[in-house]
Amino acid sequence: MKDALALYRRYVALSLRAQLVYRATFVMKTLGHLFVTGIEFFGIWALFARFGTLGGWSLREVALIYGIADIAFAITDGTGRGFDKFGSILKAGDFDRMLLRPRSPELQLLGYELQLMRIGRLAQGLAVLVWAGVAIAWTPATVLLLLAAIIGTACTFFGLVVLQATTAFWTIETLEVWNAFTYGGNYAAEYPMAIYRRWFQRFFTAVIPLALTSYYPARAILGRDTLGAIHVLGPLAGVAFLVISLAVFRIGVRHHASTGT
Amino acid sequence: MQIVVEDLAKTFRVAERTAGLAGAVRGLVRRKHREVAALAGVSFSLAAGELVGYIGPNGAGKSTTIKVLAGILVPSSGRVEVAGRVPWKQRIEHVRRIGVVFGQRTQLWWDLPVVESLDMLRHIYKVPADRFRTQREELIELLDLAGILATPVRQLSLGQRMRADLAASLVHAPEILFLDEPTIGLDAVSKLAVRAFVKRLNRERGVTVILTTHDMDDIEALCDRVIVIDGGKIVSDGTLGALRNTVTRERWLTVDVAGDASEVGDADATVIRREGERVCLAFDPEVVSPAELIRRVTSRHAVRDLFVENPPIETVIARIYQR
Amino acid sequence: MMGYAAIIAARFKALLQYRAAALGGLFTQIFFGLVRVMILRAFYAAATTAAPMSLPSVTGYVWLGQAMLLLIPWREDTDVAEQIRTGTVVYELTKPIDLWGVWFARSLAWRTAPVFLRMIPMFVFAMLILPAVAPGWGLAPPPSAAAFALWIGCFAGAVMVSAALTALINVSMMWTLTGEGVPMLLAAFATMFGGLVIPLPLFPDWLKPALYALPFAGILDFPSRVFTGNLSIAEGGLVLAHQLAWTLALAAAGRYFLARGLRRLVVQGG
Repeated sequence: MKDALALYRRYVALSLRAQLVYRATFVMKTLGHLFVTGIEFFGIWALFARFGTLGGWSLREVALIYGIADIAFAITDGTGRGFDKFGSILKAGDFDRMLLRPRSPELQLLGYELQLMRIGRLAQGLAVLVWAGVAIAWTPATVLLLLAAIIGTACTFFGLVVLQATTAFWTIETLEVWNAFTYGGNYAAEYPMAIYRRWFQRFFTAVIPLALTSYYPARAILGRDTLGAIHVLGPLAGVAFLVISLAVFRIGVRHHASTGT
Repeated sequence: MQIVVEDLAKTFRVAERTAGLAGAVRGLVRRKHREVAALAGVSFSLAAGELVGYIGPNGAGKSTTIKVLAGILVPSSGRVEVAGRVPWKQRIEHVRRIGVVFGQRTQLWWDLPVVESLDMLRHIYKVPADRFRTQREELIELLDLAGILATPVRQLSLGQRMRADLAASLVHAPEILFLDEPTIGLDAVSKLAVRAFVKRLNRERGVTVILTTHDMDDIEALCDRVIVIDGGKIVSDGTLGALRNTVTRERWLTVDVAGDASEVGDADATVIRREGERVCLAFDPEVVSPAELIRRVTSRHAVRDLFVENPPIETVIARIYQR
Repeated sequence: MMGYAAIIAARFKALLQYRAAALGGLFTQIFFGLVRVMILRAFYAAATTAAPMSLPSVTGYVWLGQAMLLLIPWREDTDVAEQIRTGTVVYELTKPIDLWGVWFARSLAWRTAPVFLRMIPMFVFAMLILPAVAPGWGLAPPPSAAAFALWIGCFAGAVMVSAALTALINVSMMWTLTGEGVPMLLAAFATMFGGLVIPLPLFPDWLKPALYALPFAGILDFPSRVFTGNLSIAEGGLVLAHQLAWTLALAAAGRYFLARGLRRLVVQGG
């Protein structure tokens, strides 16, 4: 495990070096990404300027929820490139090359082309979160809960990308359907889950646990709920989701070994 | 025996697609499959330190065999043992002892200098620091990499990249090396360098080498033993000398004449192909030398261009198969 | 004309082969559309003052945005970008063609086929399926036949503006090192100021004059509001004028900078 972490650190360093070769481009891309992702919150601000409230939620409250969702997604988006582009990796024959190395393919995919420019999304999410945070009375418990929420939500998003990659073993084209759950999930998670229809909320609780990993913890942090088990266990659901996804990916790897896709 | 292959068989299920717009729409609803036997009972054994050519026409089953031996493809049936292991069952230990070079695709990191790729591979393979240093120095010297160590891989010429890929495949000092089309697209000088290196690696270090190639010159330069596969079955397995007798005796002379080629021919040659102004003649160089045949043809006809070549490997294989 | 039809037919066939991607893309858009509608409904539920657009209009607006999503100039023409990157674009000077015109025509072709392929199922979903399942959640038909006819005209205008913008992005490739920054930024502007994030009328009033002046408003916002009846027939005529003016302005800018860019390349030697 320690050895795997050491290798991952080397992959990160390698990716950084490769991307910083073109420094100007990197800066432009990051700023561009910050702007592209930031306009969403600009839209939210504009709507609040006109309507004043969203189903009883204030702009600052929505900002907290938005911040958690976007920071988590930026983490996944930045580290999950290998799984996101798995369709092309398979097609190019580069996955076979990974299998020829004495390491787990998942670790190699995790270390594949880290996307540094996603810091753009992270930065605007963090800025929004900090702005929301100054209006909150933090306790050690809620700070930890915030971290857990971000990690748990990131795990959920990562699990989705892993499942997306797994389908590439069976279909030649990477299924765009998954964008509905990754990008769509991120979009939906930027707003309080309560505003959505009940079937939608149930889906994002029981199937893709975004409500558990980000919305319920946010409610506790905002003081709308008293801190209870569901808030603490929520983020764990995200971790479990990721573990299950990786197991499914393993099945895909075995299938690939039999069919040599 | 280091490598044992017994009755290796592999069948694939392939989806069928009908052409045209109607076919594409039909493909939306239902897909038909058919079974393709890529390998239909392949058997051979290799001792440690052998340098073997594994050749055959496209689609014969070469890559399928290599993938099984490399441990990344599970066969439908049959027994395979490499250095005492079943490749696909003990992937990580097995893969630690082999090196693979694909001529068409590099394993190096595209935007970074060669030396960084080698360093990264050292950590991936967990090679101890001192062993890596000696190994790296040797490879730099043997493959003449000193000049390109700091060059990003995307800036390398094909010949340089192949040398770098060879080094990359040997960072962990494997016992067995699989080379898939290592000289494809290379200039003559690079081809010689690659062949010299592989020969040295095999003779001096005792690395077992399995070479798949379409280049008969590679085979002639390197291989003591040649295994020929066609249609998923071994059709020939023996020394190069034996194969040579069925191959290098025949030569083909292709001639472009000014005008009608229908009359071009010779008593000592058979016409393989005649198209407009081009004729291809097959002849036995022991019956009539290439120079003599050329002299005869050019004296009788107005020749605009000509070349002499070995028959393509497909013809060779077909001949062998017909025996 | 025949060539153009052949191109479209080829695109359709290619798109059918990527059936999973096509259906997947449609699913994703329906998902986004539903989420957007739910968010807007939640905002409107608490509205105390009347908004510039009614909820049914704004709901229809969301679906129109999804239907015409591919009208947005998302990215540069990759073939042209490659030509510029490698410098082979100068060879185009040896041909008796109007290069900007070719780029413009290419963008038109690239916009039209995929847009139709996505529009038709989206319209079916938003106008037929969704209202049957969830009344008030879908796209209502235009208020009059005249409005519909006007919308078709605005649609054509939107395609032109978008194609002109894409051609301009192509030209900008000549000045940027790698194309990453500019197309992304322009796509972001087009998304935001085209009304894809939120309908333009819902922006604060002090921002509106600037927003309405930009070309992006003519790509999605104006045509959509003609369809929903939020803009009257008379205002719809102004939309056409707005689109035409911007197409011409972008064309002029594109042609000017292309000429300069090519001269620069020729002088530099590619």
